[in-house]
Amino acid sequence: MALTDHTLPAERKAARVAGQERDTKLPLVSLVLAGLSLIGGLISAWMIFLYAPTDALQKDPQRIFYLHLACAWVGMLAFVLLAVTSIVALIRRNERWDWISRANAEVGAVFLTIALVTGSLWGRPIWGAWWVWEPKLTATLIMWFMYIGYLMLRSYMGRTLDSMRVGAVMAILGAIDVPIIYLAVNWWRGQHPTQVSQLPPEMLLTMLVVLLTFTIFYVFLVMQVYQLQRLQTLAQRLRLLVMR
Amino acid sequence: MSALVEIRRLRKSFGLKPVLRGVDLMLGPGERLALLGANGAGKTTLLRILACLTRPGGGTVTVAGLDSVRDAQQIRRLVGFVGHQAYLYEELTALENLTFFGRLYDVAQADARGRALLERLGLARRMHDRVATFSRGMIQRVAWARALLHAPRLLLLDEPDTGLDQEGQQLIDVLVQEHIEQGGGAIFTTHQLERALQLSERIVLLKGGKVALQDATEAISLADVQEQLRV
Amino acid sequence: MKQFFLQVFAILWKDIRCELRSKQTWFSMGMFALLVLVIFNFVFDLRIDDKATVAPGVLWVSFLFASILGLSRTMAMEQEQGSMDRLLLCPVDRRAIFLAKLLGNLLFIFVVELVALPVYIVLFNLHIFVGALVPVVLLGTVGIATIGTMCAAMAATTRARELLLPLLVFPLVVPVMIGAVRLTEALIAPLPNEPPWLGLIIAFDVIFLGVSTLAFQFIIED
Repeated sequence: MALTDHTLPAERKAARVAGQERDTKLPLVSLVLAGLSLIGGLISAWMIFLYAPTDALQKDPQRIFYLHLACAWVGMLAFVLLAVTSIVALIRRNERWDWISRANAEVGAVFLTIALVTGSLWGRPIWGAWWVWEPKLTATLIMWFMYIGYLMLRSYMGRTLDSMRVGAVMAILGAIDVPIIYLAVNWWRGQHPTQVSQLPPEMLLTMLVVLLTFTIFYVFLVMQVYQLQRLQTLAQRLRLLVMR
Repeated sequence: MSALVEIRRLRKSFGLKPVLRGVDLMLGPGERLALLGANGAGKTTLLRILACLTRPGGGTVTVAGLDSVRDAQQIRRLVGFVGHQAYLYEELTALENLTFFGRLYDVAQADARGRALLERLGLARRMHDRVATFSRGMIQRVAWARALLHAPRLLLLDEPDTGLDQEGQQLIDVLVQEHIEQGGGAIFTTHQLERALQLSERIVLLKGGKVALQDATEAISLADVQEQLRV
Repeated sequence: MKQFFLQVFAILWKDIRCELRSKQTWFSMGMFALLVLVIFNFVFDLRIDDKATVAPGVLWVSFLFASILGLSRTMAMEQEQGSMDRLLLCPVDRRAIFLAKLLGNLLFIFVVELVALPVYIVLFNLHIFVGALVPVVLLGTVGIATIGTMCAAMAATTRARELLLPLLVFPLVVPVMIGAVRLTEALIAPLPNEPPWLGLIIAFDVIFLGVSTLAFQFIIED
């Protein structure tokens, strides 16, 4: 993990020469984000379970909504950022942006999976079914498939520049399609349950705090996975050199 | 006389393996350059970069004053490439292949030119047969026709005599000679060292992605080359 | 400009000629579309009055699956014979390559649809005005083919390309599928207050044609 910096002064100098210095400075930022996430997590837990009032209709299962919404938010944010960083990677031909893209995809996919599962768990007591084809869930499911498609594509194509460019195009196509999919699915089916404007202020506040915490946590995770991607690529490079 | 090809500090890595590590090279019009080196030294990669099939990873590559990154399409018009693969469509006939590529290169009267080239290369009777039915040597001749179709200024030849019989080789030599006399340039790779020394004005030897030897052919002996390849 | 379209049609012509001489794709695609239609007939036990509800879905699913099959085939063809380098060596506009590939794929799929449509109408015993169905099929197919051509190029170099292709295509073509099915339904049994599906499909086609034309070159070359 990139939380601590084990590099020697000589290695740091070599890294600076190779233009990689910025990567080794990340530990401090990571620590700060980790700390904030932890604090935010504790506050969120308190707010979700104790501070926020119980919903009149749905009772306690409603509390999973905070987790569900936050994960869905992060999943979608990650998707948009995936497209953005992919475009940058494409224009600059810089593999660092590609590592960020892959990190976004991996973290986003996990959060979106959790969003789908929590959505299902939330829906069960309310709708009586583990799954309904209502617009937001359907659109989320399709986005999830796009994540999987992207990850599989990158996995099969390896760590080449070809892979980077193809992944970027896939991400761009997906990002452009998402609003259209959302529109189509909405026209096709009815409405999503809770309207945000109808929530009491305590719930609203809880929701915002949880959203903020998850966003910070998301950035932290992306940084870690970015380091992982960087190290995996470097390891592969070394392996190839040694094998000659 | 301005250079036809100018390469400075060319670098290229594939997947994550460095193949070219800072290559400098120059070629003038009317010159033939023999590109030598062991397998894996980077010769094919160099030719592919000049043909604009791949981008350089670093450094500059200039063909007839055009930059290979910015002006790639224009360079492609000026370059004829004969590579390891035939780059032909097996389901089409020899002539159909040439008329097709002629259209893409915007060659005037591609059909007539294709016929003429195929006749010169001894394929007059087979020009309406599908390439899938051709032998290796015949495919190579059609590949040569494709490379010469648009009257390129620079010929890039990656082991161009593979598969050719004696007659084929002689036909090719004549065509290259004509090309050179008209002011064109050629860079070719080969493992036949004597032939390389015979047919070139300059020699460049690559080793591990770098230039180990570069000079006018008359200044280099066979022994020099063999030693570089051995070490 | 004229040169550009000359290149598009040169490549298209070459692809058609090569495909005709190998004779494999058209027949298997046609058979496949028919098979899917017939199988769905048994699956849904369509000797019922409710045919109108499932018929549009059945039609578009068969079109989609047949398209995927056709795309895989044309993708494999280019891979088999040593990749795009043959084209990339030439000073041909990369956007022309995309359009040529797209038109080729469209042509294949249209021929299959041409065969499947009358059979479909007979099998499901539908009383609809075929003329109204044609624009829907045309526009929907353009959407599927555009996405399909891009994804086929993306998956072409991977080991599991036949598996990856539908995985990439299906999520992306959801708006077209929904719209096309709804429009086909409306032709059989018109509904009031339907959202502008045709507009959606046209917008989809225009947007993705534009984006794909620009983005294709990044897929195929360095």
